[in-house]
Amino acid sequence: MNLLADVPPLDLSAKRSWRSVKSTIMTGLMVLSVVAVAVPLIAVLWSVGARGLAVAFKDFPDFFVKEIPVVARRAGPGMGPAIVGTLLVTGVATLIAVPLGVLGAVYLHEYGIKNRFARLVRFMATVMTGVPSIVMGLFVYVLWTLSFGYSAFGGALALSCLMLPVVIGATEQMLKLVPPHLREAAYALGTTKSRTILTVVLPAALPGIVSGSLLAVARAAGETAPLLFAVGAATEYNPHIFVEANTALSIQIFANANSSFVAAQDRAWGAAMTLVLLTFLVTLAARVVTARLASRR
Amino acid sequence: MFDLRGNRAYADRAFRVTATGAAALVLLILGLIAITMTKRALPVARQMGSSFFSETRWSAPDGIFGALPFIFGTLFTAAIAVLIAVPISLGVALFITQVAPPWFKKPMVYLIDLLAVVPSVVFGLWGVLVLSQHFELGRSFLTAGIILAIMIIPIITSLSREVIETTPPSDKEAALALGSTRWEMIGAAVIPHSAGGLVGAVMLGLGRAMGETIAAALVIGSALGQITLNPFAAGNSMPAVIANEWGEADDLHKSALIALAVTLFVITIIVNLVATGIVQRSMRRSQGT
Repeated sequence: MNLLADVPPLDLSAKRSWRSVKSTIMTGLMVLSVVAVAVPLIAVLWSVGARGLAVAFKDFPDFFVKEIPVVARRAGPGMGPAIVGTLLVTGVATLIAVPLGVLGAVYLHEYGIKNRFARLVRFMATVMTGVPSIVMGLFVYVLWTLSFGYSAFGGALALSCLMLPVVIGATEQMLKLVPPHLREAAYALGTTKSRTILTVVLPAALPGIVSGSLLAVARAAGETAPLLFAVGAATEYNPHIFVEANTALSIQIFANANSSFVAAQDRAWGAAMTLVLLTFLVTLAARVVTARLASRR
Repeated sequence: MFDLRGNRAYADRAFRVTATGAAALVLLILGLIAITMTKRALPVARQMGSSFFSETRWSAPDGIFGALPFIFGTLFTAAIAVLIAVPISLGVALFITQVAPPWFKKPMVYLIDLLAVVPSVVFGLWGVLVLSQHFELGRSFLTAGIILAIMIIPIITSLSREVIETTPPSDKEAALALGSTRWEMIGAAVIPHSAGGLVGAVMLGLGRAMGETIAAALVIGSALGQITLNPFAAGNSMPAVIANEWGEADDLHKSALIALAVTLFVITIIVNLVATGIVQRSMRRSQGT
């Protein structure tokens, strides 16, 4: 008696059931969404490149050094003061936000760890990253610009408020990666906690902190809203940080994008190209630092 | 000897206090924002009372400031943005984590990061000079929604990716071993595991979309008193009004714009509080701590 004789042999050849078709369709949709992300990015970069490069590199280096035409409809170059303004505002913001952010993260990870205050700060720092940049701008207007007038420093204050929670978050992640035995070795040598942090923990985490901060800088350099109420829109060079209105690439793009004059729109594209190039370079620097870090480990 | 030790202890304590102060700065700034800006918004609050939130007219010469159309516009454009961005972001996150071969993951992550780094004003410029002109969209809620969607895709994608990556491989393998197709495995193992975190990621994206200023200011059309569900109509949002009207605003008008900023601040803080809570809880749970 062979019971198995009645059972048809198992058919292992692939049958396209509806289930596997559905899975394939869904995978196709995922690929499609990747395309949907890539298309606008490429379109934007294409527009910026095609229209910006022609403007920015005509009679090089005029566009990068000449002052901004006061009359918007006049054709011709000039974004020099805006480039200097962006570098100035972002630079000062970095000098304020990075040390404070690193110190804050040191508290969270080295001192507070799991106490209530540290938890609250950690939570609120994450919430703070979601505060709209225009709110930060108006906050600095109320706090600084009302009393001291337009200046690059006001813009730097606004940007540093935006950068602070980002730097805290990135630094804390990096401090977590520092192996505890490094700290223990330092303590065993009789080193105080502050010295251990300054000479052992922070140097070990440095590349990560640098790359995290650079990403925050790249974000900040492109911000417009926080600068509108604090920096002003000068057309001339202003190397002073605390006095007189300054300007920035993002402010110039915003102002000129609304203009109906082709000359102004051209300058906006040129400025956009410069700004994108600047932020990409900073991002690239962050990547290089991260790659170094990865290869060292 | 004692002196030296005293100095060391003193320096140690000074460093600790400084670090604590830096951490407290986060709370200080958030508190200061709430207090100083609310104070500046008082003049318009006295004039309008609670009708600030229900009045639909906004006219600086008449001293009438009603925020309702702008609140509506903010929520409407953010909703459009989320509707567009969520399926795309989830698709990309699933592609990166479940489908892409390992060598392809890194370039994908870079692509998303690159999108996050492009300044919002550049998207605004592209939106106003290319998208709204060449695609017959004009300046409208929809144009603003599309631009905002492009801008919140990176944050939703990268957060979803992080959440999805915490799915235990054993869960996925179990589903596959039972004969699931890839899509069934995603539905059975990945989504249930990450649902909380995904909701949080979407809400964080929503918060970003509501606060995004410059791109919206350039493409939304700056129409006053517009409350309509027609996405092709020109409208306005809270941050866009602030950015566009600040230049020529007098004192009461400025106070009204600051009141708008306070409203925006409160709404985004609430959305972010809830979202951050959800994300952190689901992350903690998935890490088992």
